[in-house]
Amino acid sequence: MADQTLPIPGTLDAAQPRLGMLEWLHSWVVTVDHKKLGILYIVYALFFLLVAGAEAMAMRIQLAVPSNHFLSPELFNEFFTMHGTTMVFLVGMTIIFGIGNYLVPLMIGARDMAFPRLNAFSFWLSAFGGLFLYFSFIGGFGLYGMGSAPDVTWWAYAPLTAKAFTPGHNTDYWALSLIVMGFGTLGAAINILATVFSMRCKGMTLMRMPLFVWLMVVTSALTLITITPLTAAQIMLIIDRYLGGHFFDAQAGGAPVVWMHFFWIFGHPEVYVLILPAFGIANEVIPVFSRKAIFGYPAMVAASIGIAFVSTTVWAHHMFTVGMTSVGNTFFVLSTMMVGIPTGIKIFNWIATLWGGKIRFATPMLFCIAFLFQFLCAGLTGIMLSVAPWDWQLHNSYFVIAHFHYTLAGSFVFCIFAAIYYWYPKATGRMLSETFGKWHFWLFLIGFHMTFDTMHFVGMFGMPRSIYTYQADRGWGTLNMIISIGGFIQAIGVLLFAWNLIHSYLHGKEAGNDPWDAWTLEWSTSSPPPAYNFAADPVVRSRRPLWDIKHPQDPDWKYER
Amino acid sequence: MRQRRALSSLRSWLTLIPWFGLSTTFALADGPRSTPTIWAPASTPAHEIYGISLFVLLITGTIFAVVGGLLAYALIKFRVRDAEDMKHEPAQIYGSVQVELAWTVIPVLIVVVLFLTTARIIFAIQDAPKPKSALDVTVVGHQFWWEFRYPKLGIVTANELHVPVSTKSNPEPTYLKLLSADVDHSFWVPQLGGKTDLIPNHPNQMWFDPDATGLYLGQCAQFCGIEHAKMLIRVYVDTPDQFQAWVENEQKPGVQDPSVAAGRHIFETEACVNCHTVRGTAARGTVGPDLTHLMNRATIAAGAAQNTPANLHAWIKDPNVFKPGALMPAMQLSDQQIDQLVAYLTTLH
Repeated sequence: MADQTLPIPGTLDAAQPRLGMLEWLHSWVVTVDHKKLGILYIVYALFFLLVAGAEAMAMRIQLAVPSNHFLSPELFNEFFTMHGTTMVFLVGMTIIFGIGNYLVPLMIGARDMAFPRLNAFSFWLSAFGGLFLYFSFIGGFGLYGMGSAPDVTWWAYAPLTAKAFTPGHNTDYWALSLIVMGFGTLGAAINILATVFSMRCKGMTLMRMPLFVWLMVVTSALTLITITPLTAAQIMLIIDRYLGGHFFDAQAGGAPVVWMHFFWIFGHPEVYVLILPAFGIANEVIPVFSRKAIFGYPAMVAASIGIAFVSTTVWAHHMFTVGMTSVGNTFFVLSTMMVGIPTGIKIFNWIATLWGGKIRFATPMLFCIAFLFQFLCAGLTGIMLSVAPWDWQLHNSYFVIAHFHYTLAGSFVFCIFAAIYYWYPKATGRMLSETFGKWHFWLFLIGFHMTFDTMHFVGMFGMPRSIYTYQADRGWGTLNMIISIGGFIQAIGVLLFAWNLIHSYLHGKEAGNDPWDAWTLEWSTSSPPPAYNFAADPVVRSRRPLWDIKHPQDPDWKYER
Repeated sequence: MRQRRALSSLRSWLTLIPWFGLSTTFALADGPRSTPTIWAPASTPAHEIYGISLFVLLITGTIFAVVGGLLAYALIKFRVRDAEDMKHEPAQIYGSVQVELAWTVIPVLIVVVLFLTTARIIFAIQDAPKPKSALDVTVVGHQFWWEFRYPKLGIVTANELHVPVSTKSNPEPTYLKLLSADVDHSFWVPQLGGKTDLIPNHPNQMWFDPDATGLYLGQCAQFCGIEHAKMLIRVYVDTPDQFQAWVENEQKPGVQDPSVAAGRHIFETEACVNCHTVRGTAARGTVGPDLTHLMNRATIAAGAAQNTPANLHAWIKDPNVFKPGALMPAMQLSDQQIDQLVAYLTTLH
C-alpha cells in the first residue's frame, strides 16, 4: 500500500520527464525499485569482473614464462587472493542477486520485492563492503608497508592469518569486508524468499513459477545456510587477531583444521549458490530457443532441491589431504559422488528439451549450449576429484583450478553472459548487437578452452596452484604460455562485450516488448518495464502464461500436470 | 595387483586421445626437463592412484562421449533450417516419469561402482600396515623450507630427502611423520604418491616405497606465505649401499678444517649460530636448516638455487636475490668476510 505522506522515490514518481544529471544520479542512489537496484548490482558486478579479470591477466603475464619478474611475489599473492575473493563475492554473488532482483518480481507478476528498503540496504552493504576490500590496495598496512591488499589466498587457511604470520591490517580488511558483504547477501536472500512466498500474482502456484524463480528460491535458502558459518569464522578470526582468542592459534592449542571445516562448509555450498541461478538461466533460455516447454519441470525442481541438500554434506572433499581417517574420507567420497545424480538428471532434461525442438542459434542460446558442454566436463572432472586417492594427487594443483574455472567461468559466467544477452532488451529497450555478440562468444569460447583445457594437463604434470613462478626444468613453460595466450583472447572477448553493452544502449535496435517470442511474464510488459511493472495484476493458469495467450487453441494448462 | 595390470593395459588406449597426446608433446618441447608428472608413478601408492585414475578416466570418458554425443546430435538434428521452418512451433512435450526414472537409475549405478572402487583404494593406501623394516622420517615444514629428521638414525638435514629404494625382496618403505613449525604446508612428490598436509598441532602421516632409484621432484602444495613458490622438495632414492654410505656420512659431526678457521670464527661469532646448526661446534640454532653437511646438498634455499660458492656468497649477502621474502636476513658482512665464510661452508661435506 502506498504511503501518502512519504512517496517512495523511484516508484511513484518514475514517470517524471527528463531529469537533470544530478537528479538522475540522486534517483539511483535513493532508489528502492527492484529493477534499478538489480541494474546497480549488475553494473557493479561487471565493473569488478573487469577489475578481477585485469588481475588475472597480470598473473598470466607473470606465469607465461618460467622465472619471470613481471610481478613481485607480494603483488602476485595479493592478486590471486583478490582475484578469487572478488570473483566469488563481488562478481558472482552480486550478479546473481542483481539478476534475481530484476527478474523475480517480474516473473511472478509482482510490483516490487517484499522489502524494498531492505533491498536497497542490502545492495549498499554489499557495494561498500566491496569498496572497503579494495581500499586495502591503498590503505591496508601489511607486512610490506602501505598499500597491501590481502595476500593469504581466498580460503585464508589458519594459522597463516594469525597476527604472528600476517601482521598489519590487510587480513582484517579481508575478514571485515566479507562480514559486511555477508550481511548484505543475507538481506538479499531473505528478500527473495519473502517475495516469492508472499507476492506471487493470482494463479501463480509454486509449481507454476518459472524455473529461474525456483532456482533463486533454492539459492537464497542455501545462502542463508552457508553465509552463517562464514561470518562466524570471520568473527572468530578477528577475535583471534585482536582479543586474544585461540580458536585457530596452534601454538596455544587451537585447531587450524577447525577453520578449514568452517570455511568449506560455507565454501562448497557457495559454489552451488552461484551455479544454481546459472541453471535457472539455462532453464529459461534453452526452452525459448528450442521452442519447446522445459522437459520434466517437476524433476528439475526436485533435482535443484536435491543438489542443495547434498551440497551441504560434501564440504570435506576440499580436505582429503588434511589427514582425515579413511572412514571420513570414504564418507565424503560417497556424498560428493551423489551430487552427480541430480546433476545428471538436469543434463538429461536439458537434452530432452532440445530433442524434437527447432533450435535457434541466437547469442544467448550459443552461450547456453557452450554451458551444457562445459558443465558436463566440469561435472566429470568433479567426479575425478571426488575419487579421494586421485584427489591426493590433484588437490591444490592446476587441475583443480581448471575444474572450478570450468564450473565458475565455463558454466556460471557463460550463463551470465547468456542472461545479459537475453534480458538486456527487457532492461534497456534495445537489442545487443548480434554481430558483436557472436564475436564475443567465439573469442571467449576459444580463449576459454585454450586456457582451461591446458590447465588440466599442467596440473597433472605436477604444477601446484598459488605459485608466483616456476623453474624452467619442470617443463611447464610451453603449456603456461598457451594458457596465458588463451587468457588474453578471453579478455578481448570481454572487452568487446563491454563495448557492446555501451554501444547498443545508445544505438541498438529497438527491442519491443517480446523480442525472443518468449513465454514468461516479464515479456508481457513494456521494455524497459514501468516502475509499477504491470498496469494490471496478471493472472496465470500455467507455467507459460504468454504461450497460452499466443496459442489459445493449444494452451499449456490443458496438458500440464 | 591383478587389477593394476588389467588397468595398465588401458594405458595404450588412453594415450591415443589426441588431446592428451598433443599436450604431452608441448610439455616435451621445453627441452631438458624433470617434470614431476603423476603419469610416471614410482611407488605403490602412486601406482594404486595411477590405476584408479585410468579406471575413472575410462568411465568419465565414456560418459562424456555418450552424453556429449547425444547433445551434439540433438543440436544438429533439431536446428532450425530456414524461415519456413520457423513458422510453426514444434510439438510440445512436457516430460515423462518413466524416462526420468530410467535416467536416474543409470547415474546411481555408476556412482555405486565408482564409490566401491575408490573406497578399496583409500583403505589400501591409508590403512596399509607399517612393516618393521620401514624407515621413519619426521618432516617439519617451515616458512619456506623442509626439515628432515631421521629419529632412529640421529640425522637432521634439510630440503633434500634421501631414502632407500624398496624392492620386493627387500621392502623398505619410508614412513613420513608430517609436522609444521609455523603455518600449513603440503608435502607433494607426484611420482611417489599423493600429497598430505603439514598442519601445526595436527600430526599427519604418509608413506611411499620407491621402486626405482633416482631424483624425484616435488614442492609445497599449500600456500604458506610469500615464498611458497620456492619451497621445493628433492627426494633422492638411493641403492641400499648408497643410502648406507650417505647415512654414515651424515651421522658424523661437521668437518673441521683449520685452513678455514677465519670463516668458522665469523660463523660462530655472528648471528649465524642463532638459527643454524653445525654439529660438533658451538652453532646449535634450530630455526634454519642444519648446515653440518651442507655441501652434500645440490641446492640451497629449498631448491631455489644451485649450491655453488658463488650462489652461497650471493645468498649470504642478500637472500632476496634468490628468494625475496625469505626469512633469513641479509647478514651485513663485507665481501671479504663473506668469502671467508663461504670458504668455511664449502668444507662442510
